[in-house]
Amino acid sequence: MPQPRRTPRSPIRWHIAVFLAPAVLIYTAIMIIPLFGTLNLSLFTRGEGGAREFVGLANFATLFGDPRWSGAFWNATWNNLWFFIIHMLVQNPIGIALAAILSTPRLRFAAFYRTAIFIPAILSFVIVGFVWKLILSPLWGVAPNFMDALGIGNWFAPWLGLERSALTTLALISVWQFVGIPLMLIYAALLSIPDEVLEAAEMDGITGASQFWKIKLPLILPTIGIISILTFVGNFNAFDLIYVTQGALAGPNYATDILGSFLFRTFFGFQLQLGDPHMGATVATVMFFIILAGVSLYLFGIQTRLRRYQF
Amino acid sequence: MSARASMFRSSAAHAILIAYTVLALYPVVLIVINSMKSRRAIFNDPLALPTRETFDLVGFHTVLEQGNFLLYFQNSMIVTVASLFFALLFGAMAAFALAEYRFRGNLLMGLYLALGIMIPIRLGTVAILELMVAANLVNTHWALILVYTANGLPLAVFILSEFMRQVSDDLKNAARIDGLSEYRIFFTIALPLVRPAMATVAVFTMIPIWNDLWFPLILAPGEATKTLTLGSQIFLGQYVTNWNAVLAALTLAILPVVVLYLIFSRQLIRGITKGAVK
Amino acid sequence: MTIRRNLILTTALALCATGAVAQDVTLTIESWRNDDITIWRNQIIPAFEAAHDGIKLDFQPMAPAQYNSALNSKLDAGTAGDIITCRAFDASLQLFERGQLADLTELDGMANYSDVARSAWSTDDGSQTFCVPVASVIHGFIYNVDIFNELGLDVPATEDEFFAVLDAIEADGSYIPMAMGINDQWEAATMGFANIGVNYWRGEEGRAALIAGESRLTDEDWVAPFRQLARWSGYLGRGFESQSYPDSQNLFTLGRAAIYPAGSWEIAGFREQADFEMGAFPPPVPAGTDGCYISDHTDMGIGLNAASPNQDAGRIFLEWLSSDEFANLFANAVPGFFPLSSAEVTLEDPLAQDFLGWREQCESTIRPFHQIVSRGTPNLSNESWTASANVMRGTWTPEEAGEALQSGLSSWYAPHQ
Repeated sequence: MPQPRRTPRSPIRWHIAVFLAPAVLIYTAIMIIPLFGTLNLSLFTRGEGGAREFVGLANFATLFGDPRWSGAFWNATWNNLWFFIIHMLVQNPIGIALAAILSTPRLRFAAFYRTAIFIPAILSFVIVGFVWKLILSPLWGVAPNFMDALGIGNWFAPWLGLERSALTTLALISVWQFVGIPLMLIYAALLSIPDEVLEAAEMDGITGASQFWKIKLPLILPTIGIISILTFVGNFNAFDLIYVTQGALAGPNYATDILGSFLFRTFFGFQLQLGDPHMGATVATVMFFIILAGVSLYLFGIQTRLRRYQF
Repeated sequence: MSARASMFRSSAAHAILIAYTVLALYPVVLIVINSMKSRRAIFNDPLALPTRETFDLVGFHTVLEQGNFLLYFQNSMIVTVASLFFALLFGAMAAFALAEYRFRGNLLMGLYLALGIMIPIRLGTVAILELMVAANLVNTHWALILVYTANGLPLAVFILSEFMRQVSDDLKNAARIDGLSEYRIFFTIALPLVRPAMATVAVFTMIPIWNDLWFPLILAPGEATKTLTLGSQIFLGQYVTNWNAVLAALTLAILPVVVLYLIFSRQLIRGITKGAVK
Repeated sequence: MTIRRNLILTTALALCATGAVAQDVTLTIESWRNDDITIWRNQIIPAFEAAHDGIKLDFQPMAPAQYNSALNSKLDAGTAGDIITCRAFDASLQLFERGQLADLTELDGMANYSDVARSAWSTDDGSQTFCVPVASVIHGFIYNVDIFNELGLDVPATEDEFFAVLDAIEADGSYIPMAMGINDQWEAATMGFANIGVNYWRGEEGRAALIAGESRLTDEDWVAPFRQLARWSGYLGRGFESQSYPDSQNLFTLGRAAIYPAGSWEIAGFREQADFEMGAFPPPVPAGTDGCYISDHTDMGIGLNAASPNQDAGRIFLEWLSSDEFANLFANAVPGFFPLSSAEVTLEDPLAQDFLGWREQCESTIRPFHQIVSRGTPNLSNESWTASANVMRGTWTPEEAGEALQSGLSSWYAPHQ
């Protein structure tokens, strides 16, 4: 916890209000009020003649009790969890490894690598979805030809169209897109480790890989914590990539449906399915609590245990 | 450590980095080279570079005829830069208040400001639009700037407050003894020290703003305020088969942001290295 | 709330006032047809403006995927354009019931449309109409005439002939017999199920029976088309499971595939992209049936935003839309979108003529799940996308598909309970 930093001299410290005011005002007016207005819809339903009727928690009972709703909801939740696990197991370790290699002192072309590897993260989902569909397309031959050249052409399959592989493929595409973000954050954290710490370690004979594991990794743990929670929040809010590559019905057979795509399909509707703001808001509220639980776990369970270093 | 071992390690490092760089850039290169080829060549040999026979800029002609892309680009720039500026400034101020002072409700305020990263802002669309109509801001840059600023704030506060706590107390207390006001401490001591974090927040915030399609469509679809992403999306309809135009539109959407990033990336890294107090 | 309403009102009044001073009214048109942007800007708008002083048109299309949600948000907040392009059936009916689309029953031009054409944009009892019917699309198959000639194939009329043709192309091995994928799922349901199914459920007869609860989706009428789709899988390209809709279009227009299960809306795009002769045939009939049916689906209407300050100008424009002039202009500018008005239309495109000609030989019907039976959750029409794709992928049997759709419908639709 922060140390007591300052004994108050005057009873009202106006500067605190000045520092907080612009952010709080804009954020409250444009995000919180509209969003909670929307979440509030989950307690209502559209009655006869279009009037809004208060129904308490009935929509939640439908979401968890009706086999069709709960089936779709749990399918999306488990898919989302798998999507997150892939990111944690693939994206973040790759990001950390690349950052560790990049931060090697006197590495040539480091600036070039760093710049290049981050580029996918600045592309829009439309571009990422389009180009990967093109690459993985069985017709235009980029991936199949490449795999033929490596002698593993038989392993090629229409991954995005098969129930067992579509979600993992999409998760890996998303990893490809976003790996630059953990990379940059970790890289910045590694660079900010004071030289004295590393010199002291070298004096003790701790170098190379063991220096990374014993000295650097513990020092960048808070950054890894932030990255994990950002990945969690990002994954549980994701939907664009699914929409762009698989459409709103998250095919094949809902195998790529995650909470975000389920929410948007419910809230805004799709084709002949009309938008249902009330059930949509119900899904959004549940998602909100899932993410809140994750963030709280991080804030109260993990972050406070990570030692904080002041440089 | 022997020279040979060091040589080996450095070649291994380069091999890994080169392999990953190819993986990262290859799809982008694929779009750009194919945007300059004739339609038949795109499908017959998507991997080939354009040759004299297959070179064709028809896609770019189609796209550029459809709208004022220079104006769209300018709109995107204005919106992105202004939103970034406000999100970073206000976010840093709030983060400083939360990290620096103990006051009643500090923790609650921190949680309150973090709520926004847990719900997609698109769900508030109708209420936001009504608000903008009431304020007469529809089809202005301000509508978008306000939304993106609000949307960027939670993340900025979340990350920056973490870094603000790492700023040395000794420096600040020394400044207080010298009689500097809290505002000057913020601007002259805290802000420069968290520049690496600011740079990362900037990158994080910038990408979704630049690529957003939804709010430009809802809040500022007029010709004068259309953003680049919105302007190029008319080529990505359901029935679009014109891949020349699609690839050209994608290239036009990629290139500016890549160039911006290349310029910005040097600042970003300089910010990171300078900010790291050694 | 009141303050906000007042402000909106004031803004609207201010907008009216400026409009009145400038004399010229500009009508903004909301549409999902971004493919038609050049046609509107170069042909339709100049034709209208030339004849109507003081009214300008501004065509503002967006991508189809965002259209419904973006339009609804704009209508709710009062920033939508004056003229609204209407999706068929419930999506527009809902807007009308909320008072967001103006009642156009009294429009003089409505006399130019049949009850069937109007039904897609009328209340269930048919008493009120809220959009001018603009276009329908017809399903069938487009084929590559050059390939058929090269392989000496005849156009199939029956289902047995159809599969014989596919077998022959397959045996030759130079071309993919049929270009269709299931990655986007809707092709399987629309170009597959709705296209060929009409001959099994006998068009309107089967559709009406389903609505009335007299026919069930587990009946042979509805399962048989799935059985056909399951057979199609063997004739599609390698990896059709992840082949997307544009992939299929390009496969056909580049001359690599012989047959394309189509909707008539493809004609305009295919004309631009393909450099071989194209022909078309209606869905082949199953053995032992007399007569034939086609899916001739009311697809697009155009209506008036009830909150638009330019009601009079809007109605002038809509009257023009129902004129013979517009019908001819539109039908020839966008071949494959067939006018719904009773106007005498001369089509210049031979392929479009072929499609339209089927109206003479076969009975027309709309897509089976568009009216009434897709009003609940789960949505029958969307479920049929998933089901058709699953059948083609081989993960569901045709019977399982029928049962899944029926149990979804039974869960909310009274006539089926």
